[in-house]
Amino acid sequence: MGFLKNMFGGRHGAVQQLPTGTITVDRHGHIVTSTVSSAFPKNLLRDIARDVLELFREARAAQMPLAEVSLHYGSLNITARELRGGAIIFLFPQTALLPKPNYSRL
Amino acid sequence: MEKRHKILILDDDADWLALCRDLLAELPSKPEVLTANTAKRALALLETEPIRLLISDLKMPRIDGLQMLAIVRRQFPDVRTIVLSGLEDEGYRSRAYALGVDLFWLKTEMQRNSKLFNECLESLLGRDDEAGFRGLQSKSLMDIIQMECLSRGSTVLRITRGPLVAKLWMWEGELIDAEVDGARGEAAFLRLIGWKSGTFENLPAEPNRERTIHKPVNALLLETAQTMDEAANPVGAESIESASHRQTMWKLSQLTREGAEFVIVVPTAGPGEPEALGTQHSAELAQWTRRAAEIARRLGDRLEAGPLLHVAGQNLERQVLMLPRGDRAFLVGWPTEITENVPEKSRKLVASWDS
Repeated sequence: MGFLKNMFGGRHGAVQQLPTGTITVDRHGHIVTSTVSSAFPKNLLRDIARDVLELFREARAAQMPLAEVSLHYGSLNITARELRGGAIIFLFPQTALLPKPNYSRL
Repeated sequence: MEKRHKILILDDDADWLALCRDLLAELPSKPEVLTANTAKRALALLETEPIRLLISDLKMPRIDGLQMLAIVRRQFPDVRTIVLSGLEDEGYRSRAYALGVDLFWLKTEMQRNSKLFNECLESLLGRDDEAGFRGLQSKSLMDIIQMECLSRGSTVLRITRGPLVAKLWMWEGELIDAEVDGARGEAAFLRLIGWKSGTFENLPAEPNRERTIHKPVNALLLETAQTMDEAANPVGAESIESASHRQTMWKLSQLTREGAEFVIVVPTAGPGEPEALGTQHSAELAQWTRRAAEIARRLGDRLEAGPLLHVAGQNLERQVLMLPRGDRAFLVGWPTEITENVPEKSRKLVASWDS
């Protein structure tokens, strides 16, 4: 049976599932709470948190402190609200079958 | 070295993709063939690669071919499109052509008449340097208007270029009105005539349309050609300065008319000075724009979330929208009172700014 495993057990390219849910992060980028599936890689969630906080930080450095930032991709929307240096981040995958979330402004 | 065009094939059937890739690689012009099995992947490739021609299937899961073509027509107006479908239904054929598709072929016909299909492909690939409007290749907008006037016809020409839409009203061979992006009359005509490519369609004539253009169309075309010549070949430093001043004034007027506060254009690839209008904090905002584009692209790649459409931000005073466009990024600032479809308004502003 080891023979078959050698033939078919190789690594295959996998499609990354898009995250759905909400995370809150503190000012250091640590994830405090999360409703995203535990199957979603933790390091990617940390990347999202770090990049979102960096966007807020860069905006403050540019004399344009922002209360909310949203990143719109072809298949995922990320909306983040600033919370005393940390943030609450909403992750909405965009598919043709799902209804679009109703944003207040953007 | 001769330029190799890039062709992108979109189909959910992996075997068909492999077959097409082999067939197209044999074309005399030796194009580079890329493949995608989902619309999402195809859009990501269109965003990053200079694709010349998209060959798409119609029946696909999630985003079907017609949806995909509508997106491509709007976001990548310069990409030529071919539909290659197994659906022998005239309804699909006419819907595809209505979307501005260059060619519709059945998969069975492609295999039967591969020589003819290859000739059509080569012909579409060879037209890269020619500006022209879909439907009448290699004809400029001036030619199209002159043809309409000579035929003494009455019609409404609807011209689309990306998110911009313009209309020309013709009545018995005379141009009576023009409208583009809020401007009307001769001013609109002047702006419109500078467009080098797009798609157009004939709509039913509107006899009750109020006349705002009173000059004969030939006089108007002559004046426009003269203005365009002067702009393209300025004589002396003074003319260059005055052309640049005119351009700045025009951009400012666009900004004011749309209600935006400022626009900043930042080159994202390599060095280059940002261009800013309407703000005194251009250096800081340009820096944020550059960083936001970089961070968002990096994150999108890691999450495999598809092409970056825009990044929006807001505070109590204003809202900003960062739009990536090729190797540049635009940051548009809006007052918070404007709540209606800010991304679409920003996209229009950026497109008109660029045109």
